[in-house]
Amino acid sequence: MIENIDLSLVNWSRAQFALTAIYHWLFVPLTLGLSFILAFMESIYVRTGEEIWKKITKFWMTLFGINFAIGIATGIILEFEFGTNWSNYSWFVGDIFGAPLAVEGILAFFMESTFVAVMFFGWNKVGKKFHLASTWLVAVGASLSALWILVANSWMENPVGMVFNPDTARNEMNSFRDVILNPVAVDKFTHTVTSGFVLGSVFVVGISSWFLLRHREEILARKSILIAGIFGLISSLAVALTGDSSARTLAQVQPVKFAAMEALYEGKSDAGLTVIGALTDSGGKIGEKTVYDVRLKIVIPRMLSIMTTGEGNGYVPGLKDLVNGNPDKGLLSVSEMMERGRYARQVLTDYKMAKEIGDEASLAALGARFREQDFIDNYFRYFGYSFFDHPWQVIPSVPVIFYSFRIMVGLGFFFILLFVLAIFFQSRKTLERHRWFLWISLFSIPLVYLASELGWIVTEMGRQPWIIQNLMPVNIAVSNISTGAVQTTFCLFAVLFTALLIAEVSIMVRQIKNGPKH
Amino acid sequence: MTRIASALRSFFLFYYEGFRTMSWWGKKVWLIIIIKLCIIFLVLRLFFFPDFLKSNFRSDGERSDYVIEQLTGNK
Repeated sequence: MIENIDLSLVNWSRAQFALTAIYHWLFVPLTLGLSFILAFMESIYVRTGEEIWKKITKFWMTLFGINFAIGIATGIILEFEFGTNWSNYSWFVGDIFGAPLAVEGILAFFMESTFVAVMFFGWNKVGKKFHLASTWLVAVGASLSALWILVANSWMENPVGMVFNPDTARNEMNSFRDVILNPVAVDKFTHTVTSGFVLGSVFVVGISSWFLLRHREEILARKSILIAGIFGLISSLAVALTGDSSARTLAQVQPVKFAAMEALYEGKSDAGLTVIGALTDSGGKIGEKTVYDVRLKIVIPRMLSIMTTGEGNGYVPGLKDLVNGNPDKGLLSVSEMMERGRYARQVLTDYKMAKEIGDEASLAALGARFREQDFIDNYFRYFGYSFFDHPWQVIPSVPVIFYSFRIMVGLGFFFILLFVLAIFFQSRKTLERHRWFLWISLFSIPLVYLASELGWIVTEMGRQPWIIQNLMPVNIAVSNISTGAVQTTFCLFAVLFTALLIAEVSIMVRQIKNGPKH
Repeated sequence: MTRIASALRSFFLFYYEGFRTMSWWGKKVWLIIIIKLCIIFLVLRLFFFPDFLKSNFRSDGERSDYVIEQLTGNK
C-alpha cells in the first residue's frame, strides 16, 4: 500500500501542514502569556487605583491586540488542510477530533471574542471590576481554547476513549472522560500553556529592557519587568516540572520518540541523561536508518532512568530493543506488531467482503470482533503497523529531535536564569546599570520563539511516521490529490503568512516606539 | 420589550463608539483582518481547499466505502 502513494505528495502535504502550524504558533503563545500578564497588571490597577498601572496595562494591551488580531483565523487553515490534504485521516478520526474542536469553537472562542471587545472598547464605559473580569475571562478563554486543541492533538499521540466502527471506517468516542483526561493531554496542556506564559513574560521583559536601554518609560519598564519576571519565573519552573512529567508519560506511550530524543539505541538499566552532545554516524544501521553515536557529551548518570521509572536502575529501552523486541523486558518487536496489525486489517477486509456479498453470519461475527477487548488490545491496537514494509520505518529522524530537544531545554533553563536576574536587579534597583542584561533580555525575544517552535518540532517530528500513534501512518492519511495543488497552496501560504508576520512586526514595532499614551 | 430594545441599543452603541474612536493601529489591524478573512474564506477555501470526501462522494456511505478501501488496500 505504501508503495502506491506518491511520496512527494506526502512530503509536500507534511511541509504545508508544518508551515501553517509553525506560523500559527508564532501568534498563539504570546496571546496565552500576555493575556495573564495584562490581567495581573489590571488587577493591581483596580486594587491600588494608581493611574500608572492603567497606563501600563493599556500599553501592553495594545501589543496584545495587534498580536491577537493578526493571529485570528490562522488556525482555521489547518482545518481546511485536514479536509483537503488529509481526508482519510479526517474521516478515520471521526467525532474524536471534531468534538473537542467544536467545544473550543462554541465555548472558548466566543467567550474570548466577546470579552476582548470589552477589554478594548470598555475603558471608562463599563465599571472597573467588570472590565477587570473581562480581562481575566479573555486570559482564561485563551487557555481554554488551547485546552481543546491540545486534547485533540493528544489523542493523535495516544488514541484512547474510542472504538472503531468497521461499517463507517470511523473511530467513535465511547468515553469523553478518557479523551479529556488522556495523560498526554494533561501533560501537553500544562506544558504548552505554561510555555506560552514564559514566552509572554520574556516578551514583556525584553521590550521593557529596550525602553530602559533608550532611557524611556522607565517606570513602566521597571514595573513591567517585575510583574513579568515573577510570572515568568513561576511559569518557567512549571514548564520544567511539566516537562519532566511529559517525559515520563512519553516513555510509556511513545517509547520510540523518547529513545530517539535521547539517541538511545541500546536499552539500559542505569541510563544517564545526555545534557549536551554531538551526533556522529557510527557506521551502523537499523535497516536503512543510520545509527548515531553521541560524542562530546555531558551526561547526568542514571537521570534518564530516574526520570522515566522513578528508580536509578530502572530500565529504559533503546531503539534497537523497540524495533527488534526484548522478551525479557516484555517488549514486542515491530515485526510482531506488523503481523498483529495485518491480522486486524484482514479482519476489516473480511468484514468488507462479507458486507459486499451479504453474508450476514460472517458480518455479525467479524463485526463483534471490533468490540472484543482482546482484539482491540492485542490486534487493532497495532492496526497502523500493517502498512509498513520494514520494522525500521517506525524510527523518526533522530538528529532533528535530539538537537531540537536539547536546544529547547537549554533555552528553558536560560529563561529561568533570565527571570531570576530580572527580579534580582529590579529589587536592587540596578537594572539600568546592567546594560549587558538589558541587551540579553531584548535578544531573548527571538530565542523564546525558537524554544516554543522547537517544542512542537520535537512533538510532531518525534512521532513520525505516525499521524495517529500505532493506528495510522501519515502515508495512509493523505488524500489522493495532485502534488502540484499542494505545492501551489504551500507557496500561497508562505506568502500570506510572511505578509501577516511582516505586518504584525511592523505595526508592533511602531507602537512600541510610540510608547504608551501620556 | 423596551428593556430589550434599550439593551440592544446600548450593545450597538458600545461597539459603534468603540469602532468609531478606534486608534490608528486598531483601524490598521481591522483592515488586515478583513483582507485576511477574504483571502482565507473567499479565495483559499473556495478555490484551493475543497473538502476532498465531500466533493468527490455524494453520501457518507460512499465516503466510508472509499476510506475502507484505502485502509484495506483493495482497489
